[in-house]
Amino acid sequence: MTEPFDRSWTGWLRPDGRKGVRNLVLVIYTVQCAAHVAHAIAAGEDDVQVIGFPGCYDNQYAIRLVLSLARHPNVGAVLSVGLGCEYTQPARIAEAVEKSGRPTDAFFIQDVGGTRSSTEKGKAIVRGLRDRIHRETPRVPMGFADLILGAECGGSDGTSGLVGNPAVGRLFDRVVDAGGSAICEEIVEMIGLRDIILARAADDRARGELEAAYAKAERYCREVRQYSVSPGNFAGGLTTIEEKSMGAFAKSGSRPLQGVIKVGETPPWPGMWVMDSVPDDHFMQFGYTNPNDTEGIMDLISGGSQIVLFITGRGSVIGSPVSPLIKVTGNSRTFARMHEDMDFDAGPVLAGEMTLDQCADELGAMVADVAAGTPSKPEALGHREYFVMYKHQDTPDLDRGCRSVA
Amino acid sequence: MTSAFQIHAADNVATLLGDAEDRVSLRGEAAGDVALLRPIALGHKVAVADIAAGAAVVKFGIPIGTASTAIARGDWVHLHNCTSGFDERSGDFDVITGAGKDMRYD
Repeated sequence: MTEPFDRSWTGWLRPDGRKGVRNLVLVIYTVQCAAHVAHAIAAGEDDVQVIGFPGCYDNQYAIRLVLSLARHPNVGAVLSVGLGCEYTQPARIAEAVEKSGRPTDAFFIQDVGGTRSSTEKGKAIVRGLRDRIHRETPRVPMGFADLILGAECGGSDGTSGLVGNPAVGRLFDRVVDAGGSAICEEIVEMIGLRDIILARAADDRARGELEAAYAKAERYCREVRQYSVSPGNFAGGLTTIEEKSMGAFAKSGSRPLQGVIKVGETPPWPGMWVMDSVPDDHFMQFGYTNPNDTEGIMDLISGGSQIVLFITGRGSVIGSPVSPLIKVTGNSRTFARMHEDMDFDAGPVLAGEMTLDQCADELGAMVADVAAGTPSKPEALGHREYFVMYKHQDTPDLDRGCRSVA
Repeated sequence: MTSAFQIHAADNVATLLGDAEDRVSLRGEAAGDVALLRPIALGHKVAVADIAAGAAVVKFGIPIGTASTAIARGDWVHLHNCTSGFDERSGDFDVITGAGKDMRYD
């Protein structure tokens, strides 16, 4: 095996046996009305990050997503903050987090007072939680076999499918060979590739899962009349969703696809996995499949990814909470123009100055560095974009609600 | 000379690795030069064979769309002459900016 993939570093051990590459306190707000206070609590605090759900009405998918982030291997402790009127309950989040063996707390702003008093209370809590997890979380050796990596592409151009995504695909082959896991989502960017995807299935079960997920994605895109291809993609030389799909799918590498997981689910065994982030059939279709790159990144993190690779051609300036984002481009011009945000240039492969294998080795070394604690560029710049929206996946009773008929 | 990369032997397009004015040299699964009928930008596609109207545009060895008009070898293959088999909005995008032309802003 190539040297970078034998590297080990020191991680944080969670009570469920998973290992994290960061040791964070997560502040979670349960309605938009509590967003300002949640951000004020985290402002200026090291290792304290924020996510939240904007809706007043609760949603099973969103709660599952939020809990998967609260119990993520990179998260050591959680404070939930609500306003007091909303359906989503901070105390129930705290209860679930406590069961996972993490220190936690929760309060309603209306019970504490106002903005200033809630911010002061919250700051005291997160400082206490942070001290505690710094003191108490066991440190353990960690390597590529302990990693789940996610990959998302955004702002793709003609170079993405030629080198940016294939470089990450080759990295994922190495990680899988080392006993680790990788996740791709964006099934809506596999449109037109049905037979190619099914040919990669590890077995009949995986083939069935992939077939169902593909059919659902294609149906959904047709119904909402939206395909995951944008003006920036067009301007960068991509002409159709089929063309973009083939480039996007390259980031899954070449190893067998183990099957399909849904948002908030962790791969049940190591290997290369596809995540289904497309809404299930439901009378209330909550908008589009992947409204933006940040949503896809959140989904990948919800699957337990400790680090996410983001592949862009046109350039991008987003980051993520919970798990560091590493920005890869196959467009050396974009890398030069946006070097303050871009971590890795795979363009030398296109120029014939580097092989794809060498590129994957260098990228693997960077992943190991970030896992060992070196901040990625988006992380160092303070990017912590998040996006939790309403969606229906595995809703227990589809007929329940205003459409229910006697 | 700027290169254009042909990914699969069955492809009838190649992707430009830089901006080119009048000629590209093919790399990957093809060799030789192609004279361009007009300048083509980095990341965009050049036809490496004549493509009849209604025929498949092939890249990565798979059809990525259908030629909406006849496309000559050396021509730029993009939104003005290639449409998706899935996306209904395909064919109604600005060829330079990629912006949709079917949305009202008034």
